[in-house]
Amino acid sequence: MIAYRTIEQAAFQLMEKAAIDIPEDYRRAVAAMSEREQGLSCFVLKTMLDNYAAASADRRPMCADTGLPRYYVKAGNDARIEGGFVALEKALRTATARATKSIPLRPNRVHPLWRTDPNNNVGINAPEIDWSFEPNADWLDLTTVHKGGLFGSDYRMLFPGDGIDGIKRFLLDTLVAFGKRGLACQPAIVGVGIGGSKDACMMLGKQAACLRLVGDRHPDPKIAELEGELMELGNRIGMGAMGFAGRSMVADLHIEVGHTHTGGMPVSVHTFCLSSRRATVRIDAGGARHFRDDPKWFSDYSRRETVE
Amino acid sequence: MSAPAQTRLKLPASRDDLARLRLGDAVYIDGVVYTGREGVYRRVLEEGAKLPLPPEQTGRANFHCSPAASAGDGGAYKVGGVTATASFRFAKWMKEWFEISGANLIIGKGGMRARDYRELFVPAGAIYLTTVGYGTGALLGRGIRRVRDVFWLEELGNAQAMWVFEVENFGPFLVESDLSGNSLFEREGARINANIESLYRGLKSPALGRFGETGDRTDEVI
Repeated sequence: MIAYRTIEQAAFQLMEKAAIDIPEDYRRAVAAMSEREQGLSCFVLKTMLDNYAAASADRRPMCADTGLPRYYVKAGNDARIEGGFVALEKALRTATARATKSIPLRPNRVHPLWRTDPNNNVGINAPEIDWSFEPNADWLDLTTVHKGGLFGSDYRMLFPGDGIDGIKRFLLDTLVAFGKRGLACQPAIVGVGIGGSKDACMMLGKQAACLRLVGDRHPDPKIAELEGELMELGNRIGMGAMGFAGRSMVADLHIEVGHTHTGGMPVSVHTFCLSSRRATVRIDAGGARHFRDDPKWFSDYSRRETVE
Repeated sequence: MSAPAQTRLKLPASRDDLARLRLGDAVYIDGVVYTGREGVYRRVLEEGAKLPLPPEQTGRANFHCSPAASAGDGGAYKVGGVTATASFRFAKWMKEWFEISGANLIIGKGGMRARDYRELFVPAGAIYLTTVGYGTGALLGRGIRRVRDVFWLEELGNAQAMWVFEVENFGPFLVESDLSGNSLFEREGARINANIESLYRGLKSPALGRFGETGDRTDEVI
């Protein structure tokens, strides 16, 4: 049985870790790009590297825009949680409110119409909690992601005849439109969702951006090849950080797919920014917490094609 | 292209101080700056509230920012990270804001349209500094020495309140517009636009089109 208190504390620690410590895979990617860039674009990347170091040294958030802090929960099929799933949701909401005050995080979450701010990043449907399950496991994996969200994402219904050309055009449209002036806060980990229903398409693209490490490739070799091709295309735009001339638009590009309507090919594009904040913990059945960088959100089971 | 020249700027800045700055220079600030975005603009310009401080006590520097801050023990404020928000949304308030606030420095994310610099900033003798990255929240947080005051915290909330910061070596920022209304983003955008047509060459258009304000990829969408 995993205790409520353990979950709440682990979620609080995740909030802090995500807000303050840049994931190592992304930091390395920015460092490598800073070696290749020149002039303004290079200056921006080097300044961001200084910023990551300052955040970790001072234990202060790397970016004041907390984004929309949210959670991804993967529960082993045999995991037992004190108080059940309702208690788990309460633990995540409580940790979010506590972290907002004590780190502090900016209280970003407001009512969409009345703009009232409860000052704790908790509200109606907030923080979002995505669920998935894993067979033959008794642990609980929690991941938090702090992602901004005003610029850099888009959705379009394409059709099978539009083919890879259509995906490329839509990717270029999104990166060019939001890359100017660096509204997308590139270099980005770009997530491309292909297929599913409209909402699943958005969700898959977002998860592709936020829940896979830089350097990770899709297990389907043809999709992996397309990931490389689209990444290269994004960096050929000639745009770097802040929209200055350069070649650092895309730190990596991940694709996730879902079976879709026979007549359509929905596509979504998402950009995870220069403050790509994510953190993961596994709570084992005994209540011990194991922090790690890789969310391991996608598994053979979660990508299964078969009936079982 | 080499790395940007670095310079310290004491606030409030004189016209001569601003005239010395070149597009793309990296600037570090000493003095006082205040935050103000749509909440403050609405309150002052649309609801007629009086600015709580005279211009000479504001550093004449308006930062488009919401800090990650909270009240600590004893009423002192703890400021964690500081990051700018996209400024183009605030252009419609700038003309009046310059008149009422006496600001000659706008700091934010992403700048405004070159036309806004020529029509709004140049007559006010103001320039625009952009934050770097974006999201150097920790570096900018380090530059804040003290929260001197906060106004309308109850009414507008943490993110929209008017925070007045005493800052030292606060930066870096990049000079995005100068006193003649030239824009760094416009200059860089023109370099990138030269290549855009070739990216799309050979890629067929999708079967279903879309209504939209522009199909010209060299346009900006702000």
